[in-house]
Amino acid sequence: MPVTDFRQRTAVLFVAVVLGHIILISAQVNSRSGVPLLEVVTFGAFAEVQRGAAGLTSGVRDAWNGYGDLRGVRAENEALRRQLGELQLQFQQERARAERARQLENLLGFRQELAVETIAAGVIGASASLDFRGITIDRGTNTGVTANMAVVAPTGLVGRIVTPTAHVSKVQLLIDQNAAAGALVERSRAQGIVVGTNLELLRMDFVAVTADVKAGDVIVTSGVDGIYPKGFIIGKVEQVDNGNGNHKNIRVRPSVEFNRLEEVLVVKPTPAQAAQAKERQ
Amino acid sequence: MRAAGIALVIIIALALQTSLARFLTPGGGLVDLVFVAIVYIALSSGPTAGMMAGAIAGLSQDALAASGTLNVVVGAGSVSTQSIIGIGSLAKTVVGFFAGIVGSQFIVARPLPRALVFFTATVAHAIIFVGLYRVIDRGYTQATAGTILSQAGANALVGVLVFQIADFLPNFVDRRRSMGGRMRINRRLD
Repeated sequence: MPVTDFRQRTAVLFVAVVLGHIILISAQVNSRSGVPLLEVVTFGAFAEVQRGAAGLTSGVRDAWNGYGDLRGVRAENEALRRQLGELQLQFQQERARAERARQLENLLGFRQELAVETIAAGVIGASASLDFRGITIDRGTNTGVTANMAVVAPTGLVGRIVTPTAHVSKVQLLIDQNAAAGALVERSRAQGIVVGTNLELLRMDFVAVTADVKAGDVIVTSGVDGIYPKGFIIGKVEQVDNGNGNHKNIRVRPSVEFNRLEEVLVVKPTPAQAAQAKERQ
Repeated sequence: MRAAGIALVIIIALALQTSLARFLTPGGGLVDLVFVAIVYIALSSGPTAGMMAGAIAGLSQDALAASGTLNVVVGAGSVSTQSIIGIGSLAKTVVGFFAGIVGSQFIVARPLPRALVFFTATVAHAIIFVGLYRVIDRGYTQATAGTILSQAGANALVGVLVFQIADFLPNFVDRRRSMGGRMRINRRLD
């Protein structure tokens, strides 16, 4: 076996030591966006391969699907789907507006908060590892995408941008074990943090046992995390009990079907959020 | 298998995992093609190759899938998460090494023993991965026995399939060559 040959082993050992050093350096050095350098460099390099692979697979799929199809109808269908997605997003915004108006919030401030600009993006890849839940989208810094922008789908919250490169971006899904978002129960306004578990249900932490939460309650973003704008739907409460301590044990079923995502919208931060993010840096 | 061949197998597995794997299974996120590639390399080339494949492929996966740090604070408490590069690769390095030992010490040439190795290796990987995360107390790693077993089953199925294809390909090329040679001889005799 050539790999077990002494000279080969020395070369392999060398590579291992170099990799070890890169990891060690990466653990200490962060890029300007706060993401470890190793992540940025590896993702940036591989993103181009991924783009090529996605282009190839989508080309083959399109050729197969397009066989016998009417091109005009397909294009129209895609345009309508995009339009429908945007309309559903608008509907979500309107819904959040109505809820807050009911609570007599300042209309002007509320409008400023909700007037979100979005960037439409297509999903071109999935996470490289099953242990982390993420997707790759076909929009990057060239189109104004930056780290920590919220990503939404017509049905609800998807996640956040973690590594943007020039042409593509990596999105951490809300179901990822390292994902979290400030959230509240829409009906009772009880606040907490929704965290991903890598499983199909999310968990909502830090909700007091005295809080009014029932199965079927809608959970929305609270906007306190400085990443996700207020009022976007996260999901519905599926299980709730008082647990053992001071906080309720709440499981939330996400409103988004993460395995079927094809197109998403990247939400540009509002001026208030941008200022908040700057303060945090 | 030479080092270049191992690197090529890993790159192909990574590309397929990120672009095709979500279309292969109805629920998505079931088959880990990179893991299948590591065990395949370990079984066919031994513990050193398996270990190195596990380390390199694991580090690539960890780096590609990592999501940095996140802090969310509400009145009642806060959540701080960090994805750590190296945990997945360590689990894969250990599994690659031991799969290589199994491959070199036992005869693993039939589909059933191969499936068993893939199945056991997936379960071992999950135990090491979740265990390490629990030890360092980061993130919210949770795994149900059902998820791990279904992943192990899917990896075993795909792994055996990969071996069958790899075993078939050289025979196929040889058969074509010998058939072509026979035809040329027949033509000369005619």
